[in-house]
Amino acid sequence: MKERLLIIWNSPVIDALLPVLATLAALVVVAFMLLALGANPLVAYAALIDGAFGSVNSLADTLVRATPLLFVGVGICIAFRGGVINIGGEGQFVAGALCATLVGLNLSEGHPLLVVPLAMLAGIFGGAIWGGIPGLLKAHFNVNEILSTVMMNQIAVQGMNFLLIGPLIDPIQLERASRIPQTARLSSSFDLPRLVPTRLHLGTLIAVIMAVLVYILLWRTTLGYRIRAVGLNREASRYAGINVPRHIALSLALSGALAGLAGAIQVYGVNFRMFTDGSATGFTGSAGFHGIVAALFGQLHPLGTIPASFLFGGLLVGANKLQRAVQVPGALIVTLNGLVVVFVVSTELWRQERTRRRVAEKVAEHEEETAALDATPKLEVGI
Amino acid sequence: MIAEFLTARVLLGILASGIRLATPYLYAGIGETFGQRSGVLNLGVEGQMLMGAFAAFYVVMQTGNLWLGVVVAIIVGGIMGLAMAFVSVTLRAKQGISGIGFFLFGLGLSDLLFQKMLGTVQTVSGFPRLHIPLLSEIPYVGEVFFRHNILVYGAYLLVPIAAFVMNQTTFGLKVRAVGENPEAADSLGVNVARMRYTTVTLGGMFSGLAGASLSIALLNVFQQNLTSGLGFIAVALVYFGGWRPWGVLAGALLFSMVNALQLWVQVLGIPIPSEFAVMMPYVLTIVALVVAVQRVRPPTALTKPFIREG
Repeated sequence: MKERLLIIWNSPVIDALLPVLATLAALVVVAFMLLALGANPLVAYAALIDGAFGSVNSLADTLVRATPLLFVGVGICIAFRGGVINIGGEGQFVAGALCATLVGLNLSEGHPLLVVPLAMLAGIFGGAIWGGIPGLLKAHFNVNEILSTVMMNQIAVQGMNFLLIGPLIDPIQLERASRIPQTARLSSSFDLPRLVPTRLHLGTLIAVIMAVLVYILLWRTTLGYRIRAVGLNREASRYAGINVPRHIALSLALSGALAGLAGAIQVYGVNFRMFTDGSATGFTGSAGFHGIVAALFGQLHPLGTIPASFLFGGLLVGANKLQRAVQVPGALIVTLNGLVVVFVVSTELWRQERTRRRVAEKVAEHEEETAALDATPKLEVGI
Repeated sequence: MIAEFLTARVLLGILASGIRLATPYLYAGIGETFGQRSGVLNLGVEGQMLMGAFAAFYVVMQTGNLWLGVVVAIIVGGIMGLAMAFVSVTLRAKQGISGIGFFLFGLGLSDLLFQKMLGTVQTVSGFPRLHIPLLSEIPYVGEVFFRHNILVYGAYLLVPIAAFVMNQTTFGLKVRAVGENPEAADSLGVNVARMRYTTVTLGGMFSGLAGASLSIALLNVFQQNLTSGLGFIAVALVYFGGWRPWGVLAGALLFSMVNALQLWVQVLGIPIPSEFAVMMPYVLTIVALVVAVQRVRPPTALTKPFIREG
């Protein structure tokens, strides 16, 4: 019995559960914070779950909220596997949304089957540029990509504010003199189709397909193999003849492209226009940061990021209900996500040691077998 | 137009506010310099600043005691620094990511506490301007250099002290040793983990102080995401400054001067869209990073956890 438990305990299944355990630990810490704020954690968490998954509508909202997290998270997977950290999801999201919106505003008379795919491509393009610049700077000038992507976020937001207050402002807002900084509503013929009679739109399906495609890209193609090789060991990759700078830049550009597509889909599937409150969060809902949390929870694997995005999308949707139920601001979820990140990366050491131990055991077993094989001929000689 | 912009009045104004605005960069940047010199990249500065800023603001709001606000901000920042040290030194977590975790934590918690405990944007009367006798009366010079609040003077005083500690003391030598060659330092009996705990906690305390300098000395308000990227710029300034306190000072001044210029451009209504003016410091940071990394190399063991053999 004890042996069997030990086998289960040492199995890779427990490794896969580590992020779940880390998240539970974060939930416990937040429960104490709720207590300190004078709220009942059980009531709060019940409201959170009910608000996220309690009805068809809330489930649909959760999926809608999960969609940008999935795009950004899958992009984060590419960057991480390529050995670079992309904190620029916010800016890439905004850049992609801007490019996609420009297409929709300028081709308002065009056929949806032509304009919408073009807008999606524009979103991919915008995000790829915004991620590619830090990528090139990292590849050729060794500029720390964490810092440059953060700066690119701020630049994108200011660019967005300038365009939405100035050249792209909704003509109706100009007439009314209320001057709310937002673009005109895009032609309703461009709206992404709804999947069921809720807010759920086609973009969610595209996101899941993208996750699968990125999985295939990373593990079934030469390009993906090279990106992962560069991520694991730059020196060895260089000796193997891989163009390291190109693959570093490419992994950040691809990562940005997915965040850009997220922005485009947010415009065409949810808001049908762009708007700003002056900060990035107003438009993105911090998808660029929450996507990182989802990717980490999914163990930086595109397929693992699918359920992870669903979970964290749910937390963000449920936060509203939590706020109403126990009068604790929804910012609690940002705090929780921060803790999840800290706890998940903290378990990494444990996971690595477990893997090392398993490999060591395998090697030992293998050695025993070889020893046995070596011994056999001697026996024959003896006979 | 340009002539009008360049009057002495405006120039003095830009210089004076530039010097004032460098304060949070200096505190946070110098604290971060010690952490990075010892081999730990703390990206949670922004979160620590936000928590420090809120703590200081709330304490001053409740008690009216400015120094108590500073002390509490330092303690709050220190606790977050200690947590970062535990995660990156003891648990050896990836520093680039754990720092983002602490940033999100600080961003969310300071916002939550702000909404729960204050509700609306309010102001406090922060540290008053301290006119240094005689010096502040010197024409022009006095206005630019000697009419600031005490936290501003403190930040500039910190630079030579930090440079001295880093370069002339045993403590500084140990910090540099564990950041350059932890194995060698360890074999000579330096406790690598303890050194890194000390510098990262110290860095957290200075980040907390940097936050306080915003909320109870420079701006005298607290609101959601008060720092808006300032902490990340402080981390970038450490790179820009080549991991030296004087370099950080140069970067902080360059930066805050551009920022001050940007504010005056808006005040004077010069026809540059304000968004581009706000954008300037961030573009400058990226350019500065490109230039800086060509000049000096980072501490060898930066972001590399130390595993003691045997």
